[in-house]
Amino acid sequence: MGYTLNFNLIWRHFDKLWGGLLLSLELAVISIAIGIVIGLVLAVWYVSAGRVVRTIIAAYVEFIRNVPLILLVYLVFYGVPTVVDLAYSAPTSFVVTLSVYSGAYLVEVFRSGLEAVPRGQLDAGKAIGLTPWQRLIHVRLPTMLRITLPALSNTFISLFKDTSIASVISVPELTYGAQWINFNTFRIVEVYLVTTAMYLVTGYALLFALRLVERRFRAAR
Amino acid sequence: MLSQILYALPFLAEGFALTLWVSLLVVVLSLIAGVLLGVGLVYGPAPVRWSVRIFSDTIRGIPILVLMFFVYYGLPAVGLHLQSFWAAVLALTLFKTAQVVEYVRGAVASIPKGQSEAAMAIGLTFRQRLTSVIFPQAFRRFLPPWINGVTDAVKGSALVSLLGITDLMQAINQVIGRTYEAMPLYILGALIYFAVNYALSYASRRLERRFAFIRD
Repeated sequence: MGYTLNFNLIWRHFDKLWGGLLLSLELAVISIAIGIVIGLVLAVWYVSAGRVVRTIIAAYVEFIRNVPLILLVYLVFYGVPTVVDLAYSAPTSFVVTLSVYSGAYLVEVFRSGLEAVPRGQLDAGKAIGLTPWQRLIHVRLPTMLRITLPALSNTFISLFKDTSIASVISVPELTYGAQWINFNTFRIVEVYLVTTAMYLVTGYALLFALRLVERRFRAAR
Repeated sequence: MLSQILYALPFLAEGFALTLWVSLLVVVLSLIAGVLLGVGLVYGPAPVRWSVRIFSDTIRGIPILVLMFFVYYGLPAVGLHLQSFWAAVLALTLFKTAQVVEYVRGAVASIPKGQSEAAMAIGLTFRQRLTSVIFPQAFRRFLPPWINGVTDAVKGSALVSLLGITDLMQAINQVIGRTYEAMPLYILGALIYFAVNYALSYASRRLERRFAFIRD
């Protein structure tokens, strides 16, 4: 073990890690926002749709869940532009991938959430004369969101960790910053120690904050 | 295009075999380590419990990619030289072990306390309580999520391509590098991964239904 820790070079390039962390968070926030929209629309559609639509949505969900994220990232960044005439940057490409990816997981979350809304609430909504649309907006969705909040926070935290995959298409997020310092300074152990700490602190801080939000909005039992 | 893909098939098959080999190693090694640590987490003395808790929460709190680079680049830096294949297997195994630990903890915690108390009342020793009462029941709770988690090992194995190991993912990238047929090959690769993982999650759902008769 002839290795002496020396963090000086890490601090000198700390902007790479700090900027990377902020970009990781940004990628995760944008992706989950789009993913929530995809998940909500498809889940509401799924529960009221016929067989064909259900099969298509289920196929999307199963396909995404059973393929490695890194392959999807390559497919969108290197594959799609060869067949359609589109040009996009690596971060955009990654956000698209992660949104479609998280959407697939969230369809499942929201679908089971919608099924967990007590029947009595819908009947009560009907009884006071709400239209189906009003029942959806004012009764089903709010209750469903409360039920699914814990699953939503878990998905967000795992998306935050998944942003590390963006480094494979050179998006300068936290893991990319760590690799840059690894290859340019060879302070390998130090840079991964600091990076690990940054992921851990951010991840658990997010978890703690989201648990507070959950407690505030917990579904009444 | 089709002829090029057909030409590449034996090469892709080799990569696929490596993907399966890595996944199998990771699944088996993490099962052994995870069950041992999991039992330590539930029944061990405080220092063991705390160590396993810290290990599991740390590993599960960081991206698998960071763990892999840490192991791959970090071990040689401190004088431990592993072949890249084994460094990759080690990193993936550490990651999967933390998951298995949590499955074990969850499975054991789901067995009602009365079972343990009843076993104690009829005079079974600690070891007998574990092997004849707790584990047989906990096993049924453990199996479905564990099998479902095997798909994570298969998906996670695609990351070894970043360490220059020619698994299915890397084989696909190399074929694309020669043929420039990116889209068909990525789709082919996705379908292969899908087929394997879908079969695994299907098996897990079947088992879950099979064991659904067990109630609290």
